[in-house]
Amino acid sequence: MTRVRDAFLTPEYGPAPESDREATEWLDGGERAFGHYVGGEWAAGEGRLQESRCPADGRLLARFRYGTAADVDRAVAAARAALEPWREADGHARARFLYSIARQLQRRSRLFSVLESLDNGKALRESRDLDVPLAIRHFYHHAGWAQLADAEFEGYEAAGVAGQIIPWNFPLLMLAWKVAPALAAGCTVVLKPAEHTSLTALLFAEVADRAGLPPGVLNIVTGDGETGAALACHPGVDKVAFTGSTEVGREIRAATAGSGKSLSLELGGKSPFVVFDSADLDAAVEGVVDGIWLNQGQVCCAGSRLLVQESVEEDVLERLRARMERLRVGHPLDKSTDMGAIVDEGQLDRIEGYLESGRADGADIWQPSRPMPDEGCFLPPTLCTGAPPSSAIATEEVFGPVVVSLTFRTPAEAVSLANDTRYGLAASVWTEDVNLALDVAPAIKAGTIWINCTNLFDAASGFGGYRESGFGREGGREGMWEYLKPVVARTTARPQAEGTTETAEAAEPLEAASSGGGSPGEAIDRTRKMWIGGKQARPDGGYSLVVRDRVGRAFAEVPRGNRKDVRNATEAARKARERWAATSGHVRAQVLYYVAENLAARAGEFAETLTRAPGAGTEGAASEVDAAVRGLFTFAAWADKHDGRVHSTPLRNVVLAMNEPVGTVAIRCGDRAPLAGVAVPLAAALSQGNAVVLLAPERFPVSALDLVQVLETSDVPPGVVNVLSGPHQEVVPALAAHDDVDQLWDLAGDPLSAEAERLSAGNLKRVWVDRGGVVDWKALTSRECEFVLRQATRVKNVWVPYGA
Amino acid sequence: METTPLVDPAPTAQASVRNPGTPLDLDLVRRVRANRSAAERRTASLAGRRSVKKEMQAGWLLRAITVTDLTTLAGDDTPGRVRRLCGKARRPVRGDLLAALGIEPGEARAAAVCVYHRLVPAAVRALEGSGIPVAAVSTGFPAGLSPMATRLAEIRESVDAGAAEVDVVITRGLALRGDWTGLYDEVAAFREACGDAHVKVILGTGELGTLATVGKAAIVAMMAGADFVKTSTGKEPVNATLPVGLVLARAIREYCRTTGFRVGLKAAGGIGTAKDALAWLVLIKEELGNAWLGPPFFRVGASSLLADIERQLEHHVTGRYSAFHRHSLG
Repeated sequence: MTRVRDAFLTPEYGPAPESDREATEWLDGGERAFGHYVGGEWAAGEGRLQESRCPADGRLLARFRYGTAADVDRAVAAARAALEPWREADGHARARFLYSIARQLQRRSRLFSVLESLDNGKALRESRDLDVPLAIRHFYHHAGWAQLADAEFEGYEAAGVAGQIIPWNFPLLMLAWKVAPALAAGCTVVLKPAEHTSLTALLFAEVADRAGLPPGVLNIVTGDGETGAALACHPGVDKVAFTGSTEVGREIRAATAGSGKSLSLELGGKSPFVVFDSADLDAAVEGVVDGIWLNQGQVCCAGSRLLVQESVEEDVLERLRARMERLRVGHPLDKSTDMGAIVDEGQLDRIEGYLESGRADGADIWQPSRPMPDEGCFLPPTLCTGAPPSSAIATEEVFGPVVVSLTFRTPAEAVSLANDTRYGLAASVWTEDVNLALDVAPAIKAGTIWINCTNLFDAASGFGGYRESGFGREGGREGMWEYLKPVVARTTARPQAEGTTETAEAAEPLEAASSGGGSPGEAIDRTRKMWIGGKQARPDGGYSLVVRDRVGRAFAEVPRGNRKDVRNATEAARKARERWAATSGHVRAQVLYYVAENLAARAGEFAETLTRAPGAGTEGAASEVDAAVRGLFTFAAWADKHDGRVHSTPLRNVVLAMNEPVGTVAIRCGDRAPLAGVAVPLAAALSQGNAVVLLAPERFPVSALDLVQVLETSDVPPGVVNVLSGPHQEVVPALAAHDDVDQLWDLAGDPLSAEAERLSAGNLKRVWVDRGGVVDWKALTSRECEFVLRQATRVKNVWVPYGA
Repeated sequence: METTPLVDPAPTAQASVRNPGTPLDLDLVRRVRANRSAAERRTASLAGRRSVKKEMQAGWLLRAITVTDLTTLAGDDTPGRVRRLCGKARRPVRGDLLAALGIEPGEARAAAVCVYHRLVPAAVRALEGSGIPVAAVSTGFPAGLSPMATRLAEIRESVDAGAAEVDVVITRGLALRGDWTGLYDEVAAFREACGDAHVKVILGTGELGTLATVGKAAIVAMMAGADFVKTSTGKEPVNATLPVGLVLARAIREYCRTTGFRVGLKAAGGIGTAKDALAWLVLIKEELGNAWLGPPFFRVGASSLLADIERQLEHHVTGRYSAFHRHSLG
């Protein structure tokens, strides 16, 4: 009993290992070799065998297969076969399955958490207290959405077969984030877990099996990036959901361009952790611990950039270093471990490479003196100070336990530094001053803002990025939309084929004005110009194009815009967008009403012009002007009504789901409605506070350019709307590739759209391609309005825990 | 600190000196901030972050005994009742269990016995020769609203009667009204009246409204010369909670950081199980360090806690779950 006496005299923790017996038995039960789960059965597959080892001690856990294209084929076929009955099933039926999965996860929760810690290396405290409970919560919450889907998402249906690719940092939790909403919405799933961490997904397949999930509704194919690529590009997949690196996200974006697959990407980050001098500094330091040393910093939303107000910098860093000395790095199954193992050698090398480059760049790298385990993939918590702002360690996602500290002087500077990144996944803000907190939260460009907290997650609150951190949300109502699509009821009126036919014509380039098009022969020669930064602008190139009317006569000449004009228009939009975004909905509504008023005053003239458009008739022209006026009124009305929500999370806090403007929206207009198809989407984007660069319809850009005169007289602030015309083949790629365009609405929906989607991968801007049938700009329904409003906004969730 | 061989992670020149207090520094008071949700998350996560099992747990529970102020504060206390409690303080655990655990009988004993003034002489007599101090609750305990002269006289009488420690209560109204000068003067007067007796300043945290007020009151009490800051009288509607303990621990750390003086923390009220005691020990270890983990700087005021600890110790020795009636009443 000397150990009792030692502990009595010097209270230290001693080992407190969690038993791995059940996990070992489960692995042995499967003979430590796993195949794929396809169509409700286990299939050995053909791919090569791969070992899964525990990063903390190197022990062999199991062998599994790298799925081949043929394995993916079989899984997608199984999912397709299961789709119709699952999608058509009553929501309550799906709810029962999800509920059963939640219950079963709960009953086997410790097995899941031990297995997760063994496989990934994360501390049991995290897998037990965070990963697994949150995964369970996700299935409960989405059992609810399944139950309510028919009523709450009326007019929408399941997106189809979902191909889901998840990372190794939160294997089961990311599975839950993907699988639960997909199944709730009525999608069937092919999921590929990360190659380092397949085990809990395979155990989950057993759970789904026991829950009686119909064969093929959930399929799991293990493998690496090649397996993932086969899945993402598979023609039988309607929806691709990916969580992982920005680099791979870009590849998926480019690879799926033009496929019509809907896409959600949750990618990397370099999230700011902002500490003001008005913060509870000890709480903030504890926040840093949760922010960057959770899961060894292998967290996409890790608070890896510590921004501290200069007046308290020394104080905060002193407290932080003292706190770091108490962090225990050790075996993940020890219940007193704060930080477990890095997922594998490769990742460890990568992190150490960043530390090396940081040192080379002149940064100070500090690590606590506490002893580390002798073997295994471990790295101590690391504080990096004095790194040049442009250095790799200060700007790139390290994905390890490394926090980089910088200082700021004022709230404005804090916001500037926070936003000085390509990413925008999350941010944490620490202050006891509610004015300051609520001032800063909307100003930081990130999908989640945690006030006086960090790394809190809940199924009721959407999670996802801005900028190169990706798009789409997971969790909550906003997350459900990712797995739904509008039911297209008017297919007979506007068949998809119409779009393609029209496109084929539209793709013919207009003639250059010098090539004998001749004068339009109007009473007074008229020069239509583009509109950039509030000024009528001649095209940079100095060329014009001839527009022909419906009977093929030369009708007008329009500017031939090029990439320089795109540059200028985007620049103007950038200058105007912050102010417009900060303008109240009430004021934006007045501007849009005024546009409508001035358009109505010139209705006859616009109708007259529209009668000249290809495919137009007199009656249709008048009604299109009326539709444009109505559309302007509709979105003027919505300017101050597209409210956010307050999510119900199980913590004592408010989660404000704010609908924020996306930023600069480039709108490529189609020829289907040369006026309504211009004015109404423009109004939608403006109503929510976006700045717009609008590319006029290709074949008949005249009405769009005429609209400039209406906009000019309607108090639209300079730069908020910019109107270009020109050959879409030239202009669209420049818009799609532009890094300062936040979103592209491609309303023409033609083969060029695929190129636009491919080029959007550069800055991962959101792209909405209307391939026909979703929105009728001449007769908007309320559902279409709501759909468009969601395109015009993105949800930012601001977590505000409270308590005195 | 002869009872604690713990290593001080950050020794300072003043560390072993009794806190003399400092002038009132209102800037430091105003800088105190305490975020309730963050404090709750910290204490909740701590339970999952640290685990003490098997032999270590038995050792920690024995250590918990050594920081326990065995307390009886009832209207019907009598000398006989207090004598029994003092006997328990001297020999809190059955001899056979201690032997089995490798602990000498004199090593595991309570930190103090805490009683009302009237029972001080009985306690002093019962503890004679043991070295266990008697603590008296004082200053119009529990409300603390008697006239100042009466409260000071009460302290002096208890000290004269042999109390080596005095648990005083602050006028909560002073803290609630932000009258930090008033609070400082009150505690300084208590301290002076105590003379060589150590003063534990009960903040009545359950009545202070916010954690920030708790933190400010604690800092003021330390500046005024408190040897301990103590959570509760045990009579407030809300007793010692871990978030309050966290705020007090951080205030103590801040005070030590700025002045170099160590002040103790006493948690009182509602701590009745071995599990509770372990949670408090872990909190103190994590926020203040091993130097605080002995009777000079940490106390738990309790009456029923000991019985639960004894049961857990017996379980450790025999492997069987124990029953209350197998252990002597305090």
